[in-house]
Amino acid sequence: MKKKLFFFIFIFFLSFIVVFSFILYKNSQKSKITINVYNWGEYISDGSNGALNVNEEFTKRTGIYVNYSTFQSNESLFAKIQNGGAKYDVIIPSDYMISKMIKMDMLKKLDFEKIPNYSHIDESFRSLEYDPTNEYSVPYTWGLVGIFYNKKLVDEEEKNINWNILWNKKYSGKILMFDNPRDAFAISQIRIGISLNSSKKSEWLKAANDLKQQKPLVQAYVMDQIFDKMSNGEAALAPYYNGDAATLLERNKDIGFVIPKEGTNKFVDAMCIPKNAEHPVEALAYINFMCDPKIAAENIKYIGYSSPESAAKSQLDPKVANNKICYPDDQVLKNAQVFTALPDELNAFIDSLWVNIKTGEEGNPFALIAVLIGFILLYLIVFLLKKKKNKTV
Amino acid sequence: MKSKLIYKIYMSLAFFFLYSPLLVLIIFSFNESKSRNVWSGFSLKWYLKLFSDKEILHAIFNTIVVAAVASILATIIGTIACLGILKLNKFSKKLIMSINNIPIVNPESVTGVGLMLLFVFSYNNFKILRPGIFTLILSHTTFCLPYVVLSVLPKLRQINQYIYEAAQDLGCAPFKAFFKVILPDIMPGIASGMVMAFTLSMDDFVISYFTSGTVQTLPIAIYSMTRKVVSPEINAISTILFAVVFLLLLAANFKQVKIYK
Amino acid sequence: MKIKNFSIVYILWMLIFTIIPMALIFIFAFTDKSGEFTLENFFYVGRYSNVFLRSIGLGAISTIVCLILGYPLAYIISKISVDKQNIVIMLIMLPMWINFLLRTYAWMTILENNGLLNRFLSILGVAPISFINTSGAVVLGMVYNFLPYMILPIYSAIAKIDKRIVEAAQDLGAGKCNVFLKVLLPLSLPGVISGITMVFVPAVSTFIISKMLGGGANILIGDLIEMQFLGSTYNPHLGSAISFVLMILIFISIGIMNQFDDSDEDLDEVGCK
Repeated sequence: MKKKLFFFIFIFFLSFIVVFSFILYKNSQKSKITINVYNWGEYISDGSNGALNVNEEFTKRTGIYVNYSTFQSNESLFAKIQNGGAKYDVIIPSDYMISKMIKMDMLKKLDFEKIPNYSHIDESFRSLEYDPTNEYSVPYTWGLVGIFYNKKLVDEEEKNINWNILWNKKYSGKILMFDNPRDAFAISQIRIGISLNSSKKSEWLKAANDLKQQKPLVQAYVMDQIFDKMSNGEAALAPYYNGDAATLLERNKDIGFVIPKEGTNKFVDAMCIPKNAEHPVEALAYINFMCDPKIAAENIKYIGYSSPESAAKSQLDPKVANNKICYPDDQVLKNAQVFTALPDELNAFIDSLWVNIKTGEEGNPFALIAVLIGFILLYLIVFLLKKKKNKTV
Repeated sequence: MKSKLIYKIYMSLAFFFLYSPLLVLIIFSFNESKSRNVWSGFSLKWYLKLFSDKEILHAIFNTIVVAAVASILATIIGTIACLGILKLNKFSKKLIMSINNIPIVNPESVTGVGLMLLFVFSYNNFKILRPGIFTLILSHTTFCLPYVVLSVLPKLRQINQYIYEAAQDLGCAPFKAFFKVILPDIMPGIASGMVMAFTLSMDDFVISYFTSGTVQTLPIAIYSMTRKVVSPEINAISTILFAVVFLLLLAANFKQVKIYK
Repeated sequence: MKIKNFSIVYILWMLIFTIIPMALIFIFAFTDKSGEFTLENFFYVGRYSNVFLRSIGLGAISTIVCLILGYPLAYIISKISVDKQNIVIMLIMLPMWINFLLRTYAWMTILENNGLLNRFLSILGVAPISFINTSGAVVLGMVYNFLPYMILPIYSAIAKIDKRIVEAAQDLGAGKCNVFLKVLLPLSLPGVISGITMVFVPAVSTFIISKMLGGGANILIGDLIEMQFLGSTYNPHLGSAISFVLMILIFISIGIMNQFDDSDEDLDEVGCK
């Protein structure tokens, strides 16, 4: 009887798998070519709330499928590519990461003849410092860093909000902070007046000490989770990108957004093709498709970041296109600094500073050695005791 | 009888602790609004949305393919290995069993990192084993194998060896003897090993996270959902998973109780 | 072909996918970017000793909490009628079948500052307490996720105990306390030992739980390893060195635990449990 039962479960189990996977296979059947696109989280129009599903539209037009996945920070994108194996066809890193990848020969030169829509990209976004020869990247969006605040929880007036508020003890436990080194350091660097691309270790150390002082006030180091935490009223203050302002302000009426006048960081995210891409031709088609002003406009409408294409901008609702948050005055732009790539050695130094900020005080190596020796001693003691006991028995 | 009452209270508290998070997940999967802790009305829209979400459907497909292939592969290799292990001398047996235990006792993240280094190394040097669904299957098979061996070996040790020899003496070919005599006896061990392998593989996040390359399985998709703007679709997934598992276990248990009676 | 050689595929498989990866971790841990021998990585690991201490501390606390909560529960389960036992055990295992990310995520909604627990407290008139983003929340997440690993082995050890032994002890005049200390506890010790190992190992090495419930500032060894390989600070050599030290710690603690296990170490027992 028991054998029969097992047999029954087994058969049930197998048929369940077969039927289920067949249904799913039908649902997800793919053509021969699938390109892997690796983008930031919440950074594409995905068809929710009636918006155009950009990736599906691409498949509809070209028959090429898109395997879309997302990353949290430039550094983790770099790690995933550097770690080999993962072969993406289109990646969308930010400025400084692009120049680092160009230097390390990780990107393919683009064939601009295959990207006729490149002509729509504004002149001011061509040949920027991260890609001076304009061979490796096509701008996707750009933006600035500002501060989100919950009007119910923050009593300062909007005009008085600047980077210093993130160090204000009054908001202890209500502040969120970037979970990536460059963005987090930038805030402190602007606050104490150091260049974002400083080459002096001492200046980075100074910023690191500043961030360490801030740590007790910080509720959590997060990236896209700020959407959730800010709109639920979990946190009062969070620095993040201006492109997300539209979404957040709409979700919770109490949230405001300020770009501090003292200065901020301006970034450009651009589409690139890694050296080891498997479908570079299809990847070019994807890039070209994304530059189509109509698609770009649909995409921008959903994600809320600023577009490098005037043609796309002109298709937006004038309310959005003239929005000071996404397309701020020259006054603000003038004070904005752009990241550039830093030397490897300095990057490693910054990484260790960053881990130290997050883990608290630098630990004493002897503590670890002591723990290890303690464990071994404990093992020996228990071992000897047992031997003794066995002998007496 | 006072102790009985205390037992009951303690047990109810324990179950409350174990089930309250799941209850929260399930209740809010039927919530009208996007909020995850304010109730605003009943709706099934997150389920509809889930079933039209190609990314998630594809992730479910990947998960099932990997789990099915890895558990079958692990069961076959593990079962055959058990036959051999039993005949080895004491020293080699001990050595193999210690190696078998490594993936079980090793922290998952270390296993994942090690496999990732292996795949990257082999890809960079020999251009084979590019991280993807294939490496995912390989690594899942690796961490399932020990469990299959541990559940088949005891069953194999219990069976009477002479039956096999008797079958051969009576003119049965070795392979036929195996299928007719040994296999039915160790079937419960094989089945439970395979079910265990399947569920372990379905549920694994850490090792897949390090070895999947660009492929997304359901746990990986869930992980990227928890990092982003969290949508109640995630609650809908958990509710469905819970219902499926609950029904399966209920069916199995019901059958068993009937047999006992 | 001899039956002896049947296991060759398995042995090769384990060699390639278990031994070689460990060897690679070992090699990476002792080399630098250019592939030359160095001990520098371990010097850096030393800098993170506070992360190790925190992980071991939180792991130990959650193991103890699991033991304190789990032992009585396992005992109670063994007391109820046999056909009910199966159902209760099934119900304890049921939450384990839901992915741990989802379970941890559910705790997030409960523990948040505006979460369900604080809402409930505010109805009772208690001021909101911040539960989330503390080490307490991380311990809670670990206890919740790993509690069944503690209950199941203890339960099966207690269930195996011959009822007559307990009765004999009672007949000989042992009080409740003595029956527990002199009979039940020693006989269920193997279950306790394997429960402790099964909770402590994953608790020490977990990542994500600390990220989701600890707010990113309570990072643990698992997070540190993840950061070196796929996270914001890419350095596989340092990551390997950290993994290597973690592995040694785990193996020593398992070694210690095995010493307490008095059961037969005869080979034929391996795999029978």
